[in-house]
Parts: sequence; C-alpha cells; structure tokens
Amino acid sequence: MRSARPSADRPTAWSVTELVNQLRSAVESSVGRVWVRGEVSSLKVYGSGHWYFTLRDAESCVRCVMWKTYTSKMKAPPAEGTEVFILGGPTIWEERGELRMTVQVMLPTAGVGLQQLGKERVRAALEKDGLFDPARKRPLPEFPRALAIVTSEDGAALGDIIIVAKRRWPSIRLVIVPAKVQGEDAPRALVRALKAVNQLEDVDLCVVARGGGAREDLATFDEERVCRAVAALRVPCISAVGHETDISLTDLVADVRAATPSAAIEMALPDRAECLRHLGSLGSRLARGLSRRTALVEARLARTGDRMQVAMARRTGEPRARLDRLAGQLEALSPLGVLARGYSVAQLGDGTVVRRRAQLPAGTRFTLRVSDGEVGAKSERGTA
Amino acid sequence: MSEPDSLSADLRRLEEIVRQLESDDSDLDCSLTLFEEGVVRLRAARERLVEAETRIQKVLQDAAGQIRVVDFEE
Repeated sequence: MRSARPSADRPTAWSVTELVNQLRSAVESSVGRVWVRGEVSSLKVYGSGHWYFTLRDAESCVRCVMWKTYTSKMKAPPAEGTEVFILGGPTIWEERGELRMTVQVMLPTAGVGLQQLGKERVRAALEKDGLFDPARKRPLPEFPRALAIVTSEDGAALGDIIIVAKRRWPSIRLVIVPAKVQGEDAPRALVRALKAVNQLEDVDLCVVARGGGAREDLATFDEERVCRAVAALRVPCISAVGHETDISLTDLVADVRAATPSAAIEMALPDRAECLRHLGSLGSRLARGLSRRTALVEARLARTGDRMQVAMARRTGEPRARLDRLAGQLEALSPLGVLARGYSVAQLGDGTVVRRRAQLPAGTRFTLRVSDGEVGAKSERGTA
Repeated sequence: MSEPDSLSADLRRLEEIVRQLESDDSDLDCSLTLFEEGVVRLRAARERLVEAETRIQKVLQDAAGQIRVVDFEE
C-alpha cells in the first residue's frame, strides 16, 4: 500500500494516478469558486440532465460540466454562442486527465445587470453557510402574544397589518419596529430594526413586511447583511417582501414566506372566531361526557330503587302500574337530579369519595356535596 | 395566565379531559374532578380569548441603538 505522496527525490517513477491526483489538488485549490464570463459552444444536453459545453472568448476556451442538480434550476439550455456568466470551480477529471470547470450557476449576460450578479453572489454565500437549509426553519408559535412588525411606518403595509391583526386575534400586542424599506439607507435601517427586535424580550414572532413598490427596490432584501440579520433573529420570522414572481433572498432565509403583508398576519395569528367555536364544542363534549358518566350511576341507583319499590309493593300490595310509573320517573330525571333527590356525596379533603366507614375515623373532616353546593362536616364516631 | 402558552396548555388539557370523560374507564369521583377542572380551564381559555383590546406599540431607537417602547398613535 502506498501512503506517502510521491516526491521528486523518490527513486521510482510516479504512477499516472499519482500525478493526476496531485494536479487535481493543485487545480482545485488554485482559484476556488469564481465568476467567469464567456460564450457557450458545443453544448450537449444528456438524458441524465447533465450539460457539457465549452466556454470560450477570443483567445481561450475551457471545457465545462453542469450537473443535473444545477441545470434543473435553469429554464432551458442556452443557445450556441450565448454570452453568459458562470459561477464554478476548476477540477481535473482523473479518467481523462482533463481540466473541467464544474459550473453551479449560469446567467445570460444579456438582461443581467450587476444587480442580479450580485444577488447570485450573495445567494451562493448564504447557501454555503446553510442559511437556506430547510432544517433551520422554525415552527411558528400556536398562540403568539406579541408580534414584532418590521416595516415602513408610512407604507400601506402597516395599515393592512393592523386591520387584519385586530380582526383575527384581538388580544395580540403589536410592536412596530419602523425601518425604511427602500432607498440607499434601507439596508442599514433594516439591520438596525432587526437587531432591535432581538432586544424585545417578550415578542414571540417577527414579521418583516414591505407593501408593493418597484421591483428594483427589492434589492434591499437581497442584501447579504439584511439576510444575515433575518437569520440571526431570536424568534421565528415571516417574510412578506417579495413579489409573486420574484422571490427575495430574505424570503429564502426567513422561516416562512408570505405573498403579502396581510397573508403574513393570517399565517402569524390564529383566528379567534374559529378558536371560540372549538372551545364551544369542547364545552359541550365535556358536559355530555359527565352526564353519560352520571347516567350510568343513575341507572344503577334506579335499579336499586326498583328493587326497593318491588319489596315495598309486595308488602303494601301496590299495583304494578304504579311501580312502572315511578321507574319511568326515575329514568327521566336529569343526572344532577341524583343530588336533588336527596342523595349526597361525601368527599375527603383530597376529593376522594367516601365509600367505607374505615375512611372516616372519629374526628375526620369531610365535605358533603348536596344539590346546591357543599357543606363541611366531621365524623363523630369511628369504625364500630 | 401570564405564561406565554397557557392558552395552548389549557386547550391541550381540555382535549385530554374530554377524551377521558368520553372513555369508559373513569369512575364517578374521578369524572367529577375532571369535569370541574375542565370547567375551570374552559373558562380560563374563553377569558383569554375575549380579554384584551389590541395593543399597538412602537419601538424608538436612539443613535446608540438604545430602544424604548412607546404607544403607537394610529
């Protein structure tokens, strides 16, 4: 087994593999990941989804490969001769001993401003740090008590947010953290506002919102420092800053993305009316549950009652019809009627129902539950 | 009532109580205790739901980044 790297003073010759491996490490560490501008030629699209092409300018060319993982993010392969920016890094393919650029992002230069190039650069940096990782996404609180709203104080978004919040969950506390959302100062203002959110001790959730506006203004929300400030929020965050068609990087970093500020509030807050309906249904199930329980006891008491009546009837010679009527009356009584009819339940201090004498030594205090409330009591004689 | 998720806890417990009352394996005194607890939690949850008016505040930041929370004028 060879373990040492080949070196120049080694007496034997290098193997091809050793040479190529050495070159590959040198090439890979040479320039790292870079943006390169060039024209696409000899593009081959394989059934596997991988693209192979040559990127060239007037003097030189380099062969490139773009794996399916990355081509799947592209709308269509570029036409022959299209000038593009690519983001990628060089490597050596060992089997052929050939240089390849492994491409991760390709953008046609036509229609791509510096802005988009910058956005792609930030996207790559954030992705590298795992900020788009689905495992980072935090669940939103079920019943938030206080909501931080980072938005412009004079935009339309704020008014919508207040209206929807009051309607959905009136007991909410909204803490507005004003920030400019467009213009040159906006990124700095937003970062400052997001840091302030982390100083608010009792907020459960943060909404970053921006209503309408021109597409260029979205650039603020593609700024690396803004994205990183969103990622550093102590509480979960809903981002409502993008357009339907153009997702900002802030949207990708936030825990949840909403299409509009109103939609963000609907996601953030539960609906009180719905919640009250749910409580109502739990209330009636609670009452039904208890009456079913007491009905079972009632039925047992009624059976005992029947037997007593039968015994009495035998003795007094009352007709059977009378007995049936009484039994029917017993059946019809409400569950609480058990107590109303004069039965009472004796309970010890801890709520245990008294069933045996042994539970009541002399001097034991207990409670008698009667139809209209409770009475304190004390046992006089112990177990006889 | 000041716990951030007391409403959530009340709801979970209520659902559990209802399930127990609806099942066949609790005796009467246990059922009474459960029912009483259920009523208390139901009332607490309902009060929480209808309690306060929306409160709107605003954060003011000075140049040093110190924050102050004041009421917001709509």
